[in-house]
Amino acid sequence: MKKEPVKAEELGAQVRSKTFDEVVKGYCESDALKEAARCIQCKNPTCSSGCPVGIDIKTFINKITKNDYKGAYLTIREKSNFPSICGRVCPAEYQCRKACVFTKKGSPFASNEAINIHFLERFAGDYGMSNNLDVATKRDEKLSKMKVAVIGSGPAGLACAGELARHGIQVTIFEGLHKTGGVLRYGIPPFRMPRTILDFEIDSLKKMGVKFIPNYLIGKARTIKELFSDGYAAIFLGLGAGIPSFLGIKGENLCNIYSANEFLTRVNLMSAYKFPEFHTPVNIGKHIIVIGGGNTAMDAARAALRLQKMNDIPADTTILYRRTEVEMPARRLEIEHAREEGVKFQFLVKPEEFLGDDKGFVRKIKCLKCELGEPDSSGRRRPVEIKGSEFESDCDMAVIAVGLKANELLTKVTPELKLDKYGDVIVDKETMLTSIDGVFAGGDIVGGEGTVIEAMGMAKRASRAIVNYLLKR
Amino acid sequence: MKILNKKVLGEVQGIKITMLEVAAPDIARKAKAGQFVALMVKETGERIPLTIVDRSDKNGSITLIFQEAGLTTRLLGSLNIGDSLYAIVGPLGHATEIKKYGRIILVGGGVGIAEIYPVAKAFKKAGNNVTTILGTRTKDLLILEKELKETSDILHVVTDDGSYGKKGFTTDVLTDLLKKDRYDLVYAVGPIPMMRRVSDITKGFGVKTVVSLNALMVDATGMCGCCRVTVGGAVKFSCVDGPEFDAGDVDWDELVKRNRIYEDKEKHICKLIQP
Repeated sequence: MKKEPVKAEELGAQVRSKTFDEVVKGYCESDALKEAARCIQCKNPTCSSGCPVGIDIKTFINKITKNDYKGAYLTIREKSNFPSICGRVCPAEYQCRKACVFTKKGSPFASNEAINIHFLERFAGDYGMSNNLDVATKRDEKLSKMKVAVIGSGPAGLACAGELARHGIQVTIFEGLHKTGGVLRYGIPPFRMPRTILDFEIDSLKKMGVKFIPNYLIGKARTIKELFSDGYAAIFLGLGAGIPSFLGIKGENLCNIYSANEFLTRVNLMSAYKFPEFHTPVNIGKHIIVIGGGNTAMDAARAALRLQKMNDIPADTTILYRRTEVEMPARRLEIEHAREEGVKFQFLVKPEEFLGDDKGFVRKIKCLKCELGEPDSSGRRRPVEIKGSEFESDCDMAVIAVGLKANELLTKVTPELKLDKYGDVIVDKETMLTSIDGVFAGGDIVGGEGTVIEAMGMAKRASRAIVNYLLKR
Repeated sequence: MKILNKKVLGEVQGIKITMLEVAAPDIARKAKAGQFVALMVKETGERIPLTIVDRSDKNGSITLIFQEAGLTTRLLGSLNIGDSLYAIVGPLGHATEIKKYGRIILVGGGVGIAEIYPVAKAFKKAGNNVTTILGTRTKDLLILEKELKETSDILHVVTDDGSYGKKGFTTDVLTDLLKKDRYDLVYAVGPIPMMRRVSDITKGFGVKTVVSLNALMVDATGMCGCCRVTVGGAVKFSCVDGPEFDAGDVDWDELVKRNRIYEDKEKHICKLIQP
């Protein structure tokens, strides 16, 4: 008899959509044991090939079945720095779970039957966190006299700092914002990853001796060159993809049209959902339109819907997407959660123009209907506009979540740093070394808009190269 | 982030212009005329941009001048010497392009005079002939007159009510000057209606005109797009593409409207919280 997948406990959609509390409660021990027992321990497992950092999934699940949670945690930690974070935000249905033997062949994402690897990872990660487990440090005499600067405290920066600190290297993280964590803080809402998790990981790094300097912009207050003269022997750039893209359509600068970055920064980083206790405001419309099909669009829509409910505004938040649900790059889990909470979806729709009132506030959105045509370079079928299909909808607030571009603050003032046509930093794929000797890079500033785990994978590669670089000096 | 010095520069009928000298050695070392900082008074507060008016290597400090208008500026004004800001980051934005233009007119309106000062110093140092026009509502709101007198070849002062200097507006003086002589650059900072009027006037005389915009910002480092302005038909972020732009290219209507996005919420919070 085939065993049913074990569902993770969740807050009910009605209750949760009025708060920013974490939605997925995760597995208890018996859930984890039951789900781990479903894993058939393939002789030649395929799951790990779906993991961007190659976590030994078969082994860590096997350890869970033997109640060796510490062993499970340490197995994951061999490849991933923050299992509690990745267990929550990894798009597992496109990665390890899709590669699971239980996923039907040819499926665009994991089948329901695939092992819930992410929930098991989260279980092991949270176990490690609550038991203060850590991997052994490999303190090296020579390295412990050396300083490395990490620019940016997002997933890449944190992971790189952790790896380097483990060798005894003196690491300083410079962060431009007043709070550390990068996109994990300003981008991902607390209902998807509670801030306690992030704070715990940052505190652990501090305990390992990593120094954090917030409110400090490298490229403005200090240059790369000056950091070297300050005695840093190597530098890691985890600058992120921080610049929001807009649609470039008419009326896009009307009031109450936000980039997803602005909306989420106001809500997550500045806690605008607690206005006026927190002073940063955010306006909440009666008819909110979110444009985009990625996780950021889901996050923005779910945050917006919560703000409507918290302010006694009848929930009316709609996601517009040019293609259909299958092509949406967002996590299936997030799409499902958004829908359960009451977010509406309109597919095959392309925004054409925003219309405003005389005070400059958005009032309507004009769209065109689309149909799917031939596949484009991404392999997804291209949306083709249907002539004469224009229609208007009410819209007194909009969030544009159509992607991000490389952060330019540092790269613009560092001409020696070679960039590609997107403004991303060019690196050696193995060592993550940039065009400047001693300067390495990873995360979205290298790969465009990737995932947290991809950023960590790059940071890990960079940290190995940095250690080698320092040892050779 | 400690406050080293504080002075109320002007006060009338509940309007207060305050100067703070803040310890920020790394910002002070790099700050150039035209640049700004983003700061937070406390952890629950807003991030606001403020122009760097002066810098001191000796004190490792920067000087900020602001009119206490909304909640955040009033909270900032309630800080005393020895208190610390929660956060300050900079220097942000492009520095003013300083070179020898020849004959320059600087126009400062209200608290915008504070932003004129570092630019005046830099232009003067670069060998320009600097004429400065300062305008405020009334005498008691006039700031930095002495300092600007020293950095300008000619200084004109006007007040709306005629309580000091000539009665009238900065733009009246500007028109007179442009009618009489040829100038190579006009640089203006002040309330939007003033900058807009300056732009309209100088267009007629074909003089290059630069303004420093005061768009709303959140992170102020290019990440959010809150400060987007349309300049010459293209969307720009004031924080990283500006804050200075060619006045004639700015879509003023849009800027005025966008700066009012949170008017209701500002009124609400100002009623609720008294610093």
